[in-house]
Amino acid sequence: MAQAQIRRAIESGVPDHIPYLHPKLAKNYGNWKYHDRPRPGVLHHVSHSGDEVWTVRAGTQRQMDVFTIRKLCDIADQFAEGRVRFTIRSNIEFMVSNEAKVVPLIAELGRHGFPVGGTGNSISMIAHTQGWLHCDIPGTDASGVVKALMDELHEEFIREEMPNRVHLSTSCCEINCGGQADIAIIVQHTKPPVINHELVANVCERPTVVARCPVAAIRPAMVNGKPSLEVDEIKCVCCGACYPPCPPMQINDPEHSKIAIWVGGKNANARSKPQFMKMVAAGLPNNAPRWPEVAEVVKRILRVYKNDARPWERIADWIDRIGWPRFFEKTELPFTKYLIDDWKGARANLNASTHIRF
Amino acid sequence: MAKKFHPTPNLDQLESGPWPSFVTGLKRLAKDKDYVVDLLGHLEHSYKTRKGYWKGGTVGVIGYGGGVIPRFSEIKNEKNEPVFPDAAELHTLRIMPPGGMHYDTKTLRQFCDIWEKHGTGLIAFHGQSGDIMFQGCTSENVQKAFDEINEMGFDMGGAGPSVRTSMSCVGAARCEQSCYDEARALRSVVNSTLDDLHRPALPYKFKFKFSGCPNDCMNSIQRSDMAIIGTWRDNIRTDEALARKWFAKHGVTELVNDVIARCPTKAIQLKDKAKVGKGASISSVAVSDSQALEIENKDCVRCMHCINVMTGALATGTDKGATILVGGKRTLKIGDLMGTVVVPFFRLKTDEDYDKLVELGKSIIDFFAENALEHERTGEMIERIGLVNFLEGLDLDVDPAMVSAPRTNPYVRMDGWDEEVAKINAKKAAA
Ligand code: SF4
Ligand code: SF4
Ligand code: SF4
Ligand code: SF4
Repeated sequence: MAQAQIRRAIESGVPDHIPYLHPKLAKNYGNWKYHDRPRPGVLHHVSHSGDEVWTVRAGTQRQMDVFTIRKLCDIADQFAEGRVRFTIRSNIEFMVSNEAKVVPLIAELGRHGFPVGGTGNSISMIAHTQGWLHCDIPGTDASGVVKALMDELHEEFIREEMPNRVHLSTSCCEINCGGQADIAIIVQHTKPPVINHELVANVCERPTVVARCPVAAIRPAMVNGKPSLEVDEIKCVCCGACYPPCPPMQINDPEHSKIAIWVGGKNANARSKPQFMKMVAAGLPNNAPRWPEVAEVVKRILRVYKNDARPWERIADWIDRIGWPRFFEKTELPFTKYLIDDWKGARANLNASTHIRF
Repeated sequence: MAKKFHPTPNLDQLESGPWPSFVTGLKRLAKDKDYVVDLLGHLEHSYKTRKGYWKGGTVGVIGYGGGVIPRFSEIKNEKNEPVFPDAAELHTLRIMPPGGMHYDTKTLRQFCDIWEKHGTGLIAFHGQSGDIMFQGCTSENVQKAFDEINEMGFDMGGAGPSVRTSMSCVGAARCEQSCYDEARALRSVVNSTLDDLHRPALPYKFKFKFSGCPNDCMNSIQRSDMAIIGTWRDNIRTDEALARKWFAKHGVTELVNDVIARCPTKAIQLKDKAKVGKGASISSVAVSDSQALEIENKDCVRCMHCINVMTGALATGTDKGATILVGGKRTLKIGDLMGTVVVPFFRLKTDEDYDKLVELGKSIIDFFAENALEHERTGEMIERIGLVNFLEGLDLDVDPAMVSAPRTNPYVRMDGWDEEVAKINAKKAAA
């Protein structure tokens, strides 16, 4: 019986996207001329053929139950010719061929609690990760942090009032699955891993774990007569890299796993070259279920940026203009010695000039 | 009706507020599913103790070495039994979406039916690598669910030391900035590496990402081993009607401050209409009866800013293709790396061009497989062996567009200099 049930996978790979395209998108594929934004949350694209299509963008919770997805499908069937697409930030987009459908579509999304926005110079949905819901190494949750923050930033999602677009990300460990962002919220552990020596020999491939440490702080050791590992706690930078290959090296701690805030990441080549984000605040508590201390710092940075940046300055461009001393002054965030880079290539982050704004 | 809910005082606080709540969604599922009742209890326990309780393991489908993310609960009682038995296993299936993440509702509804039957009913659109994540099913149901999804024409994504699921921007489907067919490139490249995607045997993960222009909506430069970012070689195109319309709305102050002054290479000037330059590398467009924009395309670095601000009035050129960058990744273990240029311009117009892209992708993976150490990404490998060795291994020509500046130190053996110069001259003569 078991034999009969074996089914080999059809190794079909990435499916063809063409059958899934909205008919207007299929027809004008590669032939778009320009777009404008009649109102926040709506894009209006015009093709060289003269065709027009309106896109209504709405926020989702990303981790969606089937009832939510079916509701979105109902809306798409009613207004958008049964087609949708998702953005990289888990927003859903409905394309409509007829301008008259835009307002009723927005109303319908509103009725079912989907915020319309995330276009142009807004704060878009937060790129996020798995967290306590599903990851095996998380220091905090992902969906919950995002829900709490998006509740606070909702007004800036549905408007386009920021100097330029703002991309946020959250990450529940230093692996940073959320990625570079204008503002990123990332777990930062502050104590070395706590090792359960009973389990190490059974669970961990010790040479792999030793090799994983970026500062060579781990060495094999015999503990209570059993082969285990030990950590040079002075050297350890609490990165948590040893934890995935060796779960008995518990890095997460309800109190000492803190949250750090990073700013100025930028992937686009627009204006300045792409930039990495920089750490500007740390030591924030992992205060589930709503992380108010984190929200406060994020909102403060956004408030200052909104008031102070010139049009089209991303956070990175804005700081390039005003300089780091003024960034810390204006945001009233303390600049501590821990924010001076001492990792590989750190000298590139020091000020090798007399360029100082007083 | 499912069993009684566990108290979830922490999660309950995530139901209020204007943003859609995943907790409300989970509770809706829990009404009919003991599985999700226990999943909510499990998650609440994390909120209460501020720790995660899932451990990995090995779960897969027949024929593939990856794509399922196994999770077993570690919340156990004294007898080592799971405290939330119905959610003791919570595996995720990573499924590859079509390029650009377009769907019809029939497909989405079918996904829902399958996942309601075999799993929790929770689906994430999408994971950070781009997978559709079917979140939460038992070991027993993994194969059943996959079989049904696979019958629909969808296939497993990557996990572990393998080629990973890829993403492409909306691009040609709906974006005027698009410089190539992103979704086609994605499908051609990824589907030529399926063995390395489904059967993890590389030194570490390998990611491709496809963005249609330098706005890089897929964040490819910092999060892919091979970033294919659209660009063009000829002049910026202009449209006078749209330029005048923009100027009438925004005026000269915004034109100067927001467009001209923000060009990183000062390639744009505001000119009296009558005095606009005429050279082959100049784009110009009147914004009013007296004034015009003039762009020296030789100075333009294709940053996209002016085109983003004055969409349609200014547009990407027509001699299109992509810049290929290699080696982007986040911190672990030597620090963050941006991808850097290995092919300044890769034409993407003809079928043959796309075939060549596939070949380049395959040879980069082969080089990576042969030369990277275990758990080393391409960027780290290049850092260790030097870009020149990488280029020579792939038979790619060096180009000054690959550096932000030439060498600033003399510590290098240079006895091959004359030979290199001769080679370059011979190539020039042959071209
Ligand atoms: S950021 Fe870390 S903890 Fe969070 S999902 Fe990614 S790997 Fe897991
Ligand atoms: S936490 Fe990081 S630095 Fe500390 S021992 Fe583990 S791998 Fe090494
Ligand atoms: S990367 Fe460029 S082409 Fe692709 S969607 Fe973004 S702006 Fe459009
Ligand atoms: S696209 Fe070219 S001309 Fe336009 S702002 Fe960027 S560098 Fe300047």
